[in-house]
Amino acid sequence: MLPDPSRPIDLFSQQATNRRRSRWLVAGFVLFFAWLGLGGDWLAWEFTKDRPAAQYHHSLPLFGLAMFAIGLGLVAYIRKTGADKVLWSTGAWQLINPVTPQEKVLDNVVQEMAIASGLPKPTIWIVDDPDPNAFTTGNDPAHAHIAVTSGLLATLNRDELEAVIAHEMGHVKNLDTQLMTMMAGLVGAVALISNGLGRIIFRGGFGDSGRGGGGGGGRGKGAPGPLVLVVLVIWVVSWILAPIITRLMAMGISRNREYLADAMSAQFTRNPLSLASALEKIESASEPSTSIKGGVAHLCIADPLGRHVNGLQGFVGDLLARHPPMAVRVARLKAMGYQAQKASGTFQPS
Amino acid sequence: MSAFVLFAIVLVAAIVFWFIAAYNGLIALRNLTQNALKQIDVQLKRRHDLIPNLVQAVQGAMQFEKDTLQAVVEARNQAVKIAAGGSDLQNVAKTAAAETQLTGALGKLMAVVEAYPDLKATGNIGQLQEELTSTENKIGFARQLYNDTATQYNIRQQQFPTSIVAGFANALPAQLWEITDEGERSVPKVDLSMKPKG
Repeated sequence: MLPDPSRPIDLFSQQATNRRRSRWLVAGFVLFFAWLGLGGDWLAWEFTKDRPAAQYHHSLPLFGLAMFAIGLGLVAYIRKTGADKVLWSTGAWQLINPVTPQEKVLDNVVQEMAIASGLPKPTIWIVDDPDPNAFTTGNDPAHAHIAVTSGLLATLNRDELEAVIAHEMGHVKNLDTQLMTMMAGLVGAVALISNGLGRIIFRGGFGDSGRGGGGGGGRGKGAPGPLVLVVLVIWVVSWILAPIITRLMAMGISRNREYLADAMSAQFTRNPLSLASALEKIESASEPSTSIKGGVAHLCIADPLGRHVNGLQGFVGDLLARHPPMAVRVARLKAMGYQAQKASGTFQPS
Repeated sequence: MSAFVLFAIVLVAAIVFWFIAAYNGLIALRNLTQNALKQIDVQLKRRHDLIPNLVQAVQGAMQFEKDTLQAVVEARNQAVKIAAGGSDLQNVAKTAAAETQLTGALGKLMAVVEAYPDLKATGNIGQLQEELTSTENKIGFARQLYNDTATQYNIRQQQFPTSIVAGFANALPAQLWEITDEGERSVPKVDLSMKPKG
């Protein structure tokens, strides 16, 4: 059956889940920074507590506070510029005045889907790339951006384009876009930081900690115990692991969302078969995308890099893959479409 | 304070909070439904404004189709007159009927335009056709959104226990926008005989 419009397929619970996840994501990010800072504080305290009274004793959690403030600042900055950075990274240009008939059709289709979904019209962006794909980004449903590749405009007909846009509006409506944009920003920020730190650590900028462990024994009561070294190692390792953890987090939560967005597209257009045929066309396009890189992949309707892990079902697939297997998505949409046709008496077995 | 009194206070407070939440929920849904109705009005007005352009563009070439053109213009004027009266949730049937009439007349006109290949060749008509298709789609989606929202509103009002609050909130069932005239469901007939009619 087509999704019952009076009980929008779990929309409200998905929105609530996404809001909660957004908050936990931001909280986790800032607290992680603070924890790293506090680790530094604790170590500084360990090294200075045995010094003579006249010298500096590290008593206030200054690193912790500083890192907390830096974390908050980063989050605010990412919120403000995240969406623009994502669009910039793909080389998208904004469609403001549609000129060609194709652009006019795109503009009309986006307006129609904005009405159907009950949301304000998002801004439209085009990526010059022959690989058909689409993604959305934005901080909240009132400030959303939809981007399509020129390949998508060339490959799909009007109904299929409408279905893809409806899928993206579904993501905007259930607040996936909000969460995913924040996540793309945080992953990027943490990766940059860890790259910088990696350079510092492995080129000896942090060498003091190694010398301090042995040299400290000459000064105070005795060498800082092995516990301190263990904590130091854990602290350093966490700096290195941070980007990997954030990437895993980014992946683990995308799969079911795609199914929900597909269902919402069917609800908006009342035509699940058009999305099924659009997905088939997108899937059969051969080359991977050149413009849409890995950092934006989880925002797209189909994996732009064409990875095999998407085809896996089960635990490993759910853990590592960003998109569900295309065959399953198409099958579910076709089932919806044929059931609706049977119900209205227009089913034609082929 | 005895435990019983405390319990009674907590119970009353809970009921009051629930009452407020239910009332606010109904108000929110009513406003959403009215907003959806206004959306339809916006799109309908767009269509009303597009039609004179369209009629003017095809008039010159379609001298033998005066009836069809006349039907469109009359239906449009009727629809504009009814739209001027405003719309409210409990009475959309009048507007719906007038607009359905207009949709039927327009459908016949566009089907006839298909029979004049020279007309279609000029860029203007193609553009107007896309505009008209898009406007019809938008009306359809706006109508869909309105029906979905109105159904949600009606269900919420009628379900127990929110139905107790409904009277308080002046919540009345919203009328759904239905396809009333069989004309809209029927396929328009195309006469290719090119004979002058009347």
